[in-house]
Amino acid sequence: MTDLITPITMPKFGLAMTEGKITSWNVSPGAQIDVGQEIADIETTKITNGYESPATGTLRRQVATEGETLPVGALLGVLADPTVSDADLDAFIEKFQSDFSSGSADTAQTDHAEPTLVTVGELTLRVQEAGQGEDTPLIFIHGFGGDLSNWMLNQNDLAGSRKTIAFDLPGHGGSTKTVGDGKPATFAATTSALMDKLGLAQAHVVGHSLGGAIALELLKTFPQKVASLSLIAPAGLGRAINMDFIDGFISADRRKTLEPVLHYLVHDKTLISRRMVEDIIRFKRLDGALQSLQTIATSCFPDGKQADDLKPVLTSFSGSAQIIWGADDEVLSPTDAKGLPDSIEVITLEQTGHMPQLEKAAEVNAAISKIIK
Amino acid sequence: MQIAHDILLRSYRSMRTIRDFEERLHVEFATGEIPGFVHLYCGEEASAVGVCAHLTDTDTIASTHRGHGHCIAKGVGVDGMMAEIYGRKTGVCHGKGGSMHIADLSLGMLGANGIVGGGPPLICGAALSHKVLNDGGVAVAFYGDGASNEGTTLESLNLAMVWQLPAVFVCEDNGYGEATGASYACAGTQKARAAGFGMPYFDCDGTDFFAVYEAAGAAIAHARAGNGPVMLHVQLARWYGHFEGDAMTYRANGEVASLRAEHDCLKNFRQRVTEVSLLEPSALDDIDASVKDEIDAAVTAAKNAPLPEPADLEADVYVSY
Amino acid sequence: MSKKSFRQAINEALRQEMQRDPRVILMGEDIAGGQGGTAGVVDAWGGVLGVTKGLYTEFGANRVFDTPISEASYIGAAVGAAATGLRPVAELMFVDFVGCCLDQIMNQAAKFRYMFGGKARTPLVIRAMYGAGFNAAAQHSQALYPLFTHIPGLKVVVPSSPYEAKGLLIEAIRDDDPVIFLENKVMYDDEEEVPDEPYSIPFGEANLTREGDDVTIVAFGRMVNFANEAADRLEKDGISCTVVDPRTTSPLDSATILECVEDTGRLVIVDESSPRCNMATDVAALVAEQAFDALKAPIRQVVPPHTPVPFATVLEKLYLPDSARIESAVRSVMAYKKAKQDA
Repeated sequence: MTDLITPITMPKFGLAMTEGKITSWNVSPGAQIDVGQEIADIETTKITNGYESPATGTLRRQVATEGETLPVGALLGVLADPTVSDADLDAFIEKFQSDFSSGSADTAQTDHAEPTLVTVGELTLRVQEAGQGEDTPLIFIHGFGGDLSNWMLNQNDLAGSRKTIAFDLPGHGGSTKTVGDGKPATFAATTSALMDKLGLAQAHVVGHSLGGAIALELLKTFPQKVASLSLIAPAGLGRAINMDFIDGFISADRRKTLEPVLHYLVHDKTLISRRMVEDIIRFKRLDGALQSLQTIATSCFPDGKQADDLKPVLTSFSGSAQIIWGADDEVLSPTDAKGLPDSIEVITLEQTGHMPQLEKAAEVNAAISKIIK
Repeated sequence: MQIAHDILLRSYRSMRTIRDFEERLHVEFATGEIPGFVHLYCGEEASAVGVCAHLTDTDTIASTHRGHGHCIAKGVGVDGMMAEIYGRKTGVCHGKGGSMHIADLSLGMLGANGIVGGGPPLICGAALSHKVLNDGGVAVAFYGDGASNEGTTLESLNLAMVWQLPAVFVCEDNGYGEATGASYACAGTQKARAAGFGMPYFDCDGTDFFAVYEAAGAAIAHARAGNGPVMLHVQLARWYGHFEGDAMTYRANGEVASLRAEHDCLKNFRQRVTEVSLLEPSALDDIDASVKDEIDAAVTAAKNAPLPEPADLEADVYVSY
Repeated sequence: MSKKSFRQAINEALRQEMQRDPRVILMGEDIAGGQGGTAGVVDAWGGVLGVTKGLYTEFGANRVFDTPISEASYIGAAVGAAATGLRPVAELMFVDFVGCCLDQIMNQAAKFRYMFGGKARTPLVIRAMYGAGFNAAAQHSQALYPLFTHIPGLKVVVPSSPYEAKGLLIEAIRDDDPVIFLENKVMYDDEEEVPDEPYSIPFGEANLTREGDDVTIVAFGRMVNFANEAADRLEKDGISCTVVDPRTTSPLDSATILECVEDTGRLVIVDESSPRCNMATDVAALVAEQAFDALKAPIRQVVPPHTPVPFATVLEKLYLPDSARIESAVRSVMAYKKAKQDA
């Protein structure tokens, strides 16, 4: 009978996730579930995410209760055909739990590579690598105030046949908290130096927000290093920016004041988890973090507007480039992508805010997969 | 011993300033215009001045409840002190410390102290600062025979030896801890106490500026050279009570009168320097006149100075809160 | 970032601040240990519970000072050194020993700035262990933070976890006022993720470790963990709690406490210090005075009895607040119904 029973287990969102909290069940026992249907909300240390069912069937049991925190791979519930008896379900659950408790610790850890610290000139950068293979590698560049975990739902999916690199820009995450003049060109030089250090002659470049502007600066100065360009809600293509976000991100020092600022990032405000807010507060407490953010804001957004116009860099690029933008972005405007040559595909995602890579990870991953094929 | 001309003049001026400051306070206190407690240093001037003559602003001192003399000897201005004692906003502590808490850290004056035996541990710390920061400074704790019986003092003697600190423990032994004689309250001797910690000991007549100057010079040089702490036992006497208003019923009739007649450090100083023509009497007369004017002015200014304001009540509890 | 114990977090904060600022020095009994011993080693202990281990070896005899067992002299020395250019971190070992050096803290360090008219800075940290649960009996187990909180001029920190301990200790060392930093001795082996880099957590900003609608639990130090446990169990029964960790008892984040009580209308305070004039009574008075209208039930305090800390395990367990007692206090305020309406 066990082939008629499908375990629903704690998913792994991103490389660093080891456990998650089931914040709510969105379906009740007895409900008929389709594959891809959001059946529960899972809160991780970074973000709350809807969990899409991996299979079709009837939800016969909710093993995990709301509010429970469980390791990756732990049993959340069971899908099974209505014909399966309760006794068989009980036996299945019992066996699963006993197998899991004996082997879970190992399996949960084996594919989890810790970020490493890489010295680039005077800087130490925190770098997360995933995947290997002969295909041209891919590098992710996060935006203002972000870190490599911004790519938690993307990096693994895109690491099939190539090395992928996510890293913390200087002044961010676990990297050295000095940013020089804080300009995109300076970050681009650091990105180039990191590629050299890692032996990447060329890479597909994915840049988000300010990371988009950095990607364009990289293209401008080191065109040979850029195999393709995927810009997600990028800076550098217009002048306007929501300074309430930038200023609020810098000045908010408590959960209560920061949370509304982070709401600018997403269309679905429930995605901003308590832990995500707490993690950003913790980042901002690190020596040098706040000064770094202030320097970047002053350099990149003087007078409340974006300083650098990098549209010409993009229009003169002969390689493949695309832009992915949330229609409901509240930080940078999707209209900045207007007026570009037809060769550059612009993908606009409905009901999506400033972080499509988190909010619409599947669509973003599909678009990037296509361009790097 | 040879003492430079300018040091002699400065020291005389300093002793005269202390004397006039205290004598004037004695008079003014009786009018009821000065709030709180005042403990006068009259008769002990040579001790503070003879020790501080060897110190610079880098060096640190800690004082006692009987602290006016140490403050003046270390260079704290009499205007600010007088205003403080009158509880005025212009006082050196803005009227929030009073007589027992006059301090000026910029001059290395770590404060008079309302707690008997409060200073010696602080001086271990100041000496540690001088040692760690390697600034060549020494730290000096003035404390009385009363404080010599506090555990804090005895612990400090030990700690200073253990850490080999550039500290000088100046025991100003005026024979009384409040109304109780040292002959009753102090077991053994200060000399034996120093010896118990293996600490070098110097003593001197604290009513003789030259004796203090010489002994303090040797003691401070020892500490400053990195040879560890020393004790300087200064034997002296106070001319007034423990505090103003003390009728001194514990002192024999005539004790103070004979001190004033025979052990006045200022008279002795004048006699000694003029006998051997080190200084002209007129130079000392000029200082006397100038100090008198200075104290007059300080009292007048203090009486006319503004009082602290209500907003001062909650100010300066913390650097930030 | 890696998992670090409470002990390691404190050691790392000390190390990083000593690396950053040469004026930061350490002193205390046996903080290196071994000097003058027949083994001829130093750094033999690194503190009685090993918290300062390795710092003498790394920074040497001019930065790390073992003291005689002589609290009055060396705490006083720390005060004097702080007033004259150093930034000492003095370890008092057990906070109960404050009886031997209270003058140096209460009459000297705390009052310099005020009585000297704002001209003194005394950037001093006194670290000490507190708390019951170690069978250390009456003279080694007290939670004396209310004693220090009572004294104007002192700041008082009671960290509740390794992350909190590192950030708050770095803040304490950088602070220009005298700070009493109290470490619960039972928590030294508690572990959590702690950033490798230096960071600081501001004083006077409470941390909400849980957010809920029904009851506010204000807890101090180790009691925060018990409050969290209780809140997690209660949540399964549909009772949602806000847990407030004030982090510092002086300054106290009254605003956050009041806001939370305004939101929930019910208050349970958990304090392991003796029950008279402690933080629980302080917070209760604050709320009774300033948020009376918000209260739907009487304030409940989960505190020890008015006794010294007992030795025997069975008695010590009875003495200390725990999560079960917190849970039952929360249930009782939830069950409370006003007997009659106002006339």
